[in-house]
Amino acid sequence: MSAVLQTFDLSKSFGGITATDHVDFTLAKGARHALIGPNGAGKTTFVNQLTGVLRPSSGRIELMGEDITRLPREARVKRGLARTFQINQLFGTMTPLEMIALVTSERLGRGSHPFRALDRDLELVGQTAEILTRFRIDDIMDRRIATLPYGKQRQIEIAAAFAARPSVLLLDEPAAGVPEAERRDLMQTVAALPDDVSVLLIEHDMDLVFRFATRITVLVNGRVLAEGTPEEMAHDPAVRAAYLGEGAHA
Amino acid sequence: MTMPVLETRVRQALFASRRWHPAEIVFWCLAFAAFLLFPRNLLLLNEIAILALFALSLDLILGYAGIVSLGHAAFLGMGAYAAGLLAKHVTADPFAGLLAGMGAAGLLGLVTSPLVLRGTDLTRLMITLGVALILYELANSFSTLTGGADGLQGIMMAPVLGLFDFDIFGRTAYLYSLSVLFLLFLIARRVVHSPFGLSLRAIRDNPLRAAASGVPNDRRLAAVYTLAAAYAGAAGALLAQTTQFVSLDVLDFHRSADLMLVLIIGGAGYLYGGLIGAIAFKLLQDLIASFTPQYWMFWIGLFLVLFVLGGREMIHGAVKAAAARFARLGKGAAR
Repeated sequence: MSAVLQTFDLSKSFGGITATDHVDFTLAKGARHALIGPNGAGKTTFVNQLTGVLRPSSGRIELMGEDITRLPREARVKRGLARTFQINQLFGTMTPLEMIALVTSERLGRGSHPFRALDRDLELVGQTAEILTRFRIDDIMDRRIATLPYGKQRQIEIAAAFAARPSVLLLDEPAAGVPEAERRDLMQTVAALPDDVSVLLIEHDMDLVFRFATRITVLVNGRVLAEGTPEEMAHDPAVRAAYLGEGAHA
Repeated sequence: MTMPVLETRVRQALFASRRWHPAEIVFWCLAFAAFLLFPRNLLLLNEIAILALFALSLDLILGYAGIVSLGHAAFLGMGAYAAGLLAKHVTADPFAGLLAGMGAAGLLGLVTSPLVLRGTDLTRLMITLGVALILYELANSFSTLTGGADGLQGIMMAPVLGLFDFDIFGRTAYLYSLSVLFLLFLIARRVVHSPFGLSLRAIRDNPLRAAASGVPNDRRLAAVYTLAAAYAGAAGALLAQTTQFVSLDVLDFHRSADLMLVLIIGGAGYLYGGLIGAIAFKLLQDLIASFTPQYWMFWIGLFLVLFVLGGREMIHGAVKAAAARFARLGKGAAR
């Protein structure tokens, strides 16, 4: 399997603290890969470097073999790297329809057009409608996002990332804070993502990780502690000691 | 829902946000009818139209892109001086002056946009304020060009379109300013409902998500800042041309501060806020000044404090309710 996203010797320190410590990581094409680790292991710092929110102290990031280490955030999105956020980052005053239309419009390269009417752009309308149905948010597409229930907002978070048609999708704790009743819906959404999208899931919820991932990387203190199949990770004594054991007490 | 049905509904929903509301048409009809209805107040109406255009400019950056500014007078002044100087030294044609004012202010906006892009609201307030102060002092010290504290005198304007001479009653002035306001409003209305306008709202709502959605935030903000600067420059040009005079006052801090008040009164982010705010502000100022010329600032101040503390919700609520009733009437008539 070929790699779609790779890091080479990636490091990031804040003052004296090393949040990412010489990480070599590979995401294979079509992967369902989970990144786990205890609180403060540096998972979000790692993702923020991949997506360009933070600049690494040293090392390199490649997307489809192209060096993207120094590219701005929006340029990475254009090259096929999209993400969701651990804490919802939505356009509160917009409707789900407008938010999906915005992402679609940027992907189609319409964003700098100052005069075109959105509704006259049939390509944009069609692709927006497709995302709304796929993520089952068409029934609420006219409501203000800020007024929707949390579980629905979580769906929109994923839908908006997917609307960028990424080849690599980073899901940062998609189930965080979602009440039990709405969790199933969300997990179905994640499971239904098409195979040609490579997914990196950053998650605390072991249930979701073991159900979804075919490969797991364990991050502890900014370093890769272990990597392998879920089966291997579940029985790895170092992983159990550093993470799973600790998780069981919590 | 089947795909074609959904696509139609998506198209309708996107269309609904840019459809002309009956109240909008009434608003513009009244604005032009005011020319006939209030022939004695055309000079005041002209001032209102110019302030409305200036406020529309601030609304573009504040209401739609979330950029706060306490120095918008820099662009008003730039436009006024550019139009005034052009009329005095090159050509007296009003449209040439209008374009010169917009161009000069737009250029200033483009050049200063990198300064306001970064940073928080507070740094933006300070930087915009600083730029306006610098410009004020420059205009003051280059008095051979600008006339300094005496102002730029001796501006003579040619008739608009070669037909309509500027008169002392403000007849030509009002129609000219209102027409420019209307035209620029139409363009702004188009822009805010375009993909570009949608991306501005995205940046205002959440810059982090906007960037993660592929929006080049800095470029878009620079573009709208330049556009808004050109709009403010147009307001400055109208001011210079219709009063045939430019003084340092166009760059003064109170211009920028008043403008904030206008948008606070009218509400930001729906294009009409600046226009309605300008009408309310000017009428209030005129009314209070007519019975207490010395202390009108006191009453304006008191009004604003009460307005911001609670009156705004009440007034906006009443207006919204009236608008909703009006919309129902309109729909009923259409059926």
